Amino acid sequence: MSGFFDAFTGANLGYLMGGLGITIGVSVISIILSLIFGSIVGVVLFERFPFFSSFVGTLNNIVRNLPLLLIIFFTYFALPQFGFHLPIFWSTVVAMSVFQSAMLAEIVRGGLEAVDVGQFEGARANGLTNMQTMIHIVLPQAYKKMIPPIISQMISLVKDTSLASGIVLAELTYRGQIVYAQNTNFIVPVLIFMTVVYFLLNYGLSLVAKWFDSRLA
Amino acid sequence: MTLLEDHFSVFAQGFGHTLLASIIALIGSLVLGTFFAILQVTKSKWARGLGNVYVQIFRNIPLLIITLFFYLAVAKVIKMTGFTAGTVALTLYTSAFIAESVRAGILSVDPGQMEGARANGLSFAQAMRVIVLPQAFRVAIPSLGNQFINLVKNSSILAFVGGLDLMYQGNLVAANTFDTFATYIIVGAFYLIITLPLSYYIQYLERQLKQKA
Amino acid sequence: MEKAKKRRFGIIASIVLALVIVLGFFWASATISKNGKHQDTLTRVEKQGKINWGVKADTKLFGLMNTKTGTPEGFDIDLAKAVTKQIGKQTGKKLTPTFTPVTSASKVQLLKNTNIDAVMAVMTITPERAKVVDFSNAYFPAGQSLLVQKDSGINSVNDLNDSSKTVLVVVGTTAAQNIKKFAPKAKVIALQDYASAMQALKAGQGQAISTDNAILYGLATENPSYHVVGGTLTYGPYGAAFDHDEKPMVKQTNEALATLKKNGEYNRLIKKWFSGVPGLNWHELEVHG
Repeated sequence: MSGFFDAFTGANLGYLMGGLGITIGVSVISIILSLIFGSIVGVVLFERFPFFSSFVGTLNNIVRNLPLLLIIFFTYFALPQFGFHLPIFWSTVVAMSVFQSAMLAEIVRGGLEAVDVGQFEGARANGLTNMQTMIHIVLPQAYKKMIPPIISQMISLVKDTSLASGIVLAELTYRGQIVYAQNTNFIVPVLIFMTVVYFLLNYGLSLVAKWFDSRLA
Repeated sequence: MTLLEDHFSVFAQGFGHTLLASIIALIGSLVLGTFFAILQVTKSKWARGLGNVYVQIFRNIPLLIITLFFYLAVAKVIKMTGFTAGTVALTLYTSAFIAESVRAGILSVDPGQMEGARANGLSFAQAMRVIVLPQAFRVAIPSLGNQFINLVKNSSILAFVGGLDLMYQGNLVAANTFDTFATYIIVGAFYLIITLPLSYYIQYLERQLKQKA
Repeated sequence: MEKAKKRRFGIIASIVLALVIVLGFFWASATISKNGKHQDTLTRVEKQGKINWGVKADTKLFGLMNTKTGTPEGFDIDLAKAVTKQIGKQTGKKLTPTFTPVTSASKVQLLKNTNIDAVMAVMTITPERAKVVDFSNAYFPAGQSLLVQKDSGINSVNDLNDSSKTVLVVVGTTAAQNIKKFAPKAKVIALQDYASAMQALKAGQGQAISTDNAILYGLATENPSYHVVGGTLTYGPYGAAFDHDEKPMVKQTNEALATLKKNGEYNRLIKKWFSGVPGLNWHELEVHG
C-alpha cells in the first residue's frame, strides 16, 4: 500500500481540487438557473392554461426523457452549427440547466398541487392579484414541501457533472482521468479519492435535506 | 434521413444493447433494492445500518465513477466486458434508489398489518412477502417507474466504456460522418421510443392513484 | 383568473411559443447554411491576435496535461507554439497560441464549428478527412502499429485475427477503421481516449491497442511490461488541420513548417521529445537538408 499515496503529490492534489472547484461552479450556477426556469415552467404546468400548458408539458416531457449525456453532447457539438459558440464551461451549464429545469418543473407542479386550494381563494378574497398570490402565498409554501425532492435533484446534478468529462470539461472526473493517465498504478487510488470527495459533497447535501425534513414535520 | 438509412443496422444494434442492459439492470436492481429496503425496516440495528450505508454510498457517488471502477479496477480480478461492467454498475446504482422507493412503500403500510400477520403465526419473511410487499409495491409504482426511466437514460454511461449501446454507436457515427446534429437527433429519438410512453403511462397511473385516495 | 381570460391567455401564449419555435427553426437552418459558407481563418486569426489550437491532453510525448501548470505539454504543443510565432513573423502581426484540449472524436467537429482555429493533435492525413478539412504538409511520419503485453505471445497483427481477441482503439482515429482490414475476425472496442485505452488494456479488456507507433511508444515508456510489435501496418503522417478551403492559412503554415525544418528548430523539438524513448530510433525522425 506504500504506493497508494504516491498518486497524491502536491501538484496532483491541487489539480484535482481545481477540478472540484469547477464541478461546484457548474453545479451552483446550474442549480440557480434551473430553479428559476423550473419554477416558471412548473407554474405554467400547474395553471393548466388551455393548449399552452399541454404544449409546454409535451416539450418538457421530451427533455426530461432524454439522457443528460445526449443533451451535453448536443449542446457542445451541435449548437455551434447555429452560431452559438459557448466555451465548454457554459456549454455544460446550459445543458445541465435545461435538463434540470425540466426535472424541477415536475417537482414544482407536484408541490403546487399539494397546496390547499382554500389558500388561493383566501388570498384572492383579501384583494391580492393572481400573480401576487402565487409569489407571496402559494410558492413559498410549495417550496417548503418541495425542499427534499429539490435537494435530491441537486445531488444528482452534482453527480451528473461528471458526464461533462466526455466533452473534456476539466472538472473533477476528467482531472482524475488525467492524473491516472500519468501512471496507471494511480487508477485505484484516484477512483477511491474521487468516490470519497463526491460522497462527502452529496452526503452533506442529503443531511441538509434531512434537517429540513425534520424541521418541517 | 439518409443518415438513418445508411447506419440503420448500427443504430439498431445500439438500441438492442441499450434495451438489454436496461432490462437486466431493472431486474437486478429490483431484487437488490427490495432486499436492502427490507434490511432497513428490520428490527436488527446491524441490518438497518448495513442497508443504510449501502444506499447512502451508491446514491451519493456518480454512476460514471462506479462504472470506471468496475471496468478498470474490478476487471483486473474478474474478467468483464464494458457492457457487463456498465450493466453491473447501473444495477448497483439504481438499486439504491429503488431501495428508497420500496422502503417508503413499506412504511406507508399500516404497521398493524405486520403485527396481525405475525400474531397469526406467519414468519417475518412470510408476512413481508404475502402481506406487506404487495401493498408497498402498489404505492411505490409511480416512483419505481420514474427510476426505470432514469435507468434507461443512465444506460448511456456504457458509451464511456465501449458498451456498444445507443450512445456509443451514436458517437461512432458522429465521428465518422461529421454530421453530429442529425446523429444526435436520431439517437435522441431512439431513447424517446422507450422513455416517453413509459413516462406518460406513469403520469396516468399517478392520476389514477390520486383519484382513488 | 376567470376561465375566459385564462383561455385567451392559453391560446395567445401557445401561438407565440409555436411562432418562436417555427421562426427559431427557420433562423437556425438559415444560420447553418450561412455558417456553411466561407469564413477565412487567417483573417480571423489576425484579427484575434491568437491561434486557438486543438491539442491532445492525454497523449504522452505529443500532448499531455501537466497537472502542476494546468497546461498540456508535448511535441505537438511545442511545434504549434513555434508555428504560431513563425506565422506571426511572416504576416507581421503579433500572434500568441492558446490551447484547447480535444478528443479524437471531437476535433473535426470543433474545427468546423470554429470553436478552434486549427488542430495539431496527432491527426493522420487521410483522403476522407481531406474532403472535410484542409491539411498542412506532413509534420511527423507516423504509422499504425500494435501495443501488447510482453509475454502475450502476440507478435503481429495476424495473431490477433481471431474472434477470441479484442483490439482496443480510440473513437474517431484512423486506426479504428484500419484494424478491421488487417484483423477482420477480431473484436474491436473503441474507447474515448488513449488513457482509457491503456487502462483497459491493463485491465485485460483487450489483447492489444492499435494506433500510431509514436503514441504507442509513449504509452510503453510508462508501462515497461508492454511493447510495440508488428511493424508498421500503414503509413500515415500527421498534419495540422484547418477548416475546409482555408488556402491562405494552409500556405502560411506550410511556409512556417519549412522554415522551422530549415533553421533546426524542428530537429531540436524532435530531440527534446523523442531522444529518451526506448525502442525508438529518434534520428530517423530528424529532417536533413
